[in-house]
Amino acid sequence: MKPEAPSDLLVISSSPHAHCGESVTRIMLDVVIALMPAFAMSLWLFQWQALRLAAVCVAACLLTEWLCRRAMRRASSLSDGSAVITGLLLAFNLPPALPTWMAVAGSVFAIAVAKQVFGGLGYNPFNPALAGRAFMLISFTGAMTTWSRSPWIQKVAYAAGSATTQATEVAVDAMTAATPLGFAKEALKAGAPMPLFSDLALLKDFFLGNVNGCIGETSAAALLLGAAYLLIRRVITWHIPVAYLATVFAYAAILHLVAPGTSLPPHVHLLSGGLLLGAFFMATDMVTSPLTRRGMLVFGVGCGVITMLIRTVKTGAYPEGVSFAILIMNAFTPLINRATRNRVFGTKKECARS
Amino acid sequence: MATIPSPHTFRGGIHPAYNKALAAAAPIRELPLPARLTVPMSQHLGAPAKPVVKAGDTVAGGQLVAEAAGFISAPVHAPAAGKVVAIEETLTASGRACAAVVIETAPEQVWQPLPTFPEWRFTDAKQLIEHIGAAGVVGMGGAGFPTRVKLSPPSDKPIDTVILNGAECEPYLTSDHRMMLEHAAEIRIGAEIIRHILGARSLRIAIEDNKPDAIAAMEKAFQDTDGDVAVTVLRTSYPQGSEKQQIFSVTGREVPRGGLPMDVGCVVENVSTAFAVFDAVVNGRPLVRRVITVTGDAIAQPANLLAPCGTLYSDLVAACGGVAGQAAKVISGGPMMGFAVSSLAVPTGKTASGLLLLSPKKISDFSSQACIACGRCVDACPMRLSPAELSQCIEADDIDGAEPLALMDCIECGSCAFVCPARRPLVHHMRRGKAVVMARRAAAKKTP
Repeated sequence: MKPEAPSDLLVISSSPHAHCGESVTRIMLDVVIALMPAFAMSLWLFQWQALRLAAVCVAACLLTEWLCRRAMRRASSLSDGSAVITGLLLAFNLPPALPTWMAVAGSVFAIAVAKQVFGGLGYNPFNPALAGRAFMLISFTGAMTTWSRSPWIQKVAYAAGSATTQATEVAVDAMTAATPLGFAKEALKAGAPMPLFSDLALLKDFFLGNVNGCIGETSAAALLLGAAYLLIRRVITWHIPVAYLATVFAYAAILHLVAPGTSLPPHVHLLSGGLLLGAFFMATDMVTSPLTRRGMLVFGVGCGVITMLIRTVKTGAYPEGVSFAILIMNAFTPLINRATRNRVFGTKKECARS
Repeated sequence: MATIPSPHTFRGGIHPAYNKALAAAAPIRELPLPARLTVPMSQHLGAPAKPVVKAGDTVAGGQLVAEAAGFISAPVHAPAAGKVVAIEETLTASGRACAAVVIETAPEQVWQPLPTFPEWRFTDAKQLIEHIGAAGVVGMGGAGFPTRVKLSPPSDKPIDTVILNGAECEPYLTSDHRMMLEHAAEIRIGAEIIRHILGARSLRIAIEDNKPDAIAAMEKAFQDTDGDVAVTVLRTSYPQGSEKQQIFSVTGREVPRGGLPMDVGCVVENVSTAFAVFDAVVNGRPLVRRVITVTGDAIAQPANLLAPCGTLYSDLVAACGGVAGQAAKVISGGPMMGFAVSSLAVPTGKTASGLLLLSPKKISDFSSQACIACGRCVDACPMRLSPAELSQCIEADDIDGAEPLALMDCIECGSCAFVCPARRPLVHHMRRGKAVVMARRAAAKKTP
């Protein structure tokens, strides 16, 4: 909407008359670019399943966004690119064999209920992709926690998995396939020895992504590459991811020191599940995270504590807690914003927290 | 005399494209006297001056044409000799109308000087302050605060530091820069007069590190000055020229909310104001002309013009070779805090530091999408406010919600809107919110 003026008239507007050139669309494009390494890895690991889920989710998100805006008689918002990110992130959070119609249902929920109902981009209190995933976890619990092995992973990861304990091997057989965190939770519940994943070859698999999990979350290497891009482009700051990961590491390290027999070592917690994807790409969602640097630190620590509580409390139903941790902290964002406002220049105390 | 890096830097701020090369190399050029001057009565902060001449009067250059109308006000003098042809309304840069004395300049220029004080070092401060006030000197950095008031702090507010503001952090503008290069000696005398009046121990000349030649010129001019004098080199960052931010950068002191620089023992004067003080005290010349940078990609020959206060923008544009291509936006001042004007029939005043003509391709697009809460405005705000939250309160007409978020502390520097990826007109919202609060306060005063 460039102000169009007839050549003999002057444009009048409030100052400033200069702008840095940044736009919402450019930020969204940067996030999409940053997700590409992880997407490439998921295509390699999960092959057409990854392509299918990503295509379905992105298409369903875009279509839902368009329909909602039309129904609400508001300007189309497809061009801001946020629906593409929601689609990609949702797909990244799905197990490879999930039926297509479930992916569509989750996408529609993410865009229509978690985003457009509130007014669209900027007004949604919860990260739409995570809200969509939470909806799917509750509605399609079985399908969302079934980890069909991709033929490639079967060969590499679980051959290495046999290098751990006997009990783990039993667990592998019993569950046909599970995520590393799934193993750990089962072992914890059954009182079986905790798999240590100390084998170096296995750690390499963790790092590259040769483990079971959602299609976009398994490759630490690819996620870190994308995260580096976001940090260099200053789309995100270090505060949320560092606070989040440091909290998880510290929590896991203390737990592992106190009870080594029933807990995973801290590095496994860092590389497992959706933690890296969540810490760099979803907890940093601008709309649903705090405004100030201090607020971001509080938010990251909160995400870390809740993630570890869900992961390690024996009676908990879920082996993984990243999605719920971020969603719960999303709910606290307005409160954190209120509590962490900067001290205004020239004042002694912090600004009134009304 | 020393040169020191600024010991502090305010938090926040931005780095816009400075675009100073357009006019920085152009020496100050005196504008040929226009045939007609439209001298506004409001060229300063406070009450507009009251005209003391009427249509038909003949005036000499430097003659008083309007007297100060209160404590926070300043008199206005005739920039040139001629005949008063009318006292009529004129449009000013801010978009408000005000009365103006219209003078048809005479071919024969007669000048009526004010008294001079060559022995200012031995002159009583009070007398100098009165003289500077009578010469109509006001802050030339933008706000136009009467210098007389700044130089008369109450006795319980001792001033230990005078800061000479040569930051000129607004992009495009180079008038202060040229003044420092071409009138360093006069600026030094002006600064010493100010220091003498205030009895201040320290003098700091604050210049951003993107103007090494101005730093060198000031070092040279002040080299044999007595006492605690230093050029403080500021990190180039907008808004280093803002009074509160500059005091912090130079001294580490924060002007308390609602307070004035004198509350932390400081007085900040623009380098051009120091020149005006020199001119008034040593030459007996009231403030009737100033250097204005005429620049932008839509002006044929960018220039720094010494022009009488009351010159129409159209005369400035003509003196710079006219419009190049198409001017889509004309800004009085710089791109960060200047006012977009609707016509070139606007006169300059004592605070007019720049006239910026931008072509259609240089116009920034503020389309106002929803806030995505990225927090960049919070990082950029040099007052450490939360523009994201403030603007949303004001958009929702929740002024009561915005006020406790320190709405009134906003200095309207534009850093927030500059960085906003959603291109929200944040300063516009702030101004509207502040106007509502001011109106409410005024109404509350009237009905106790």
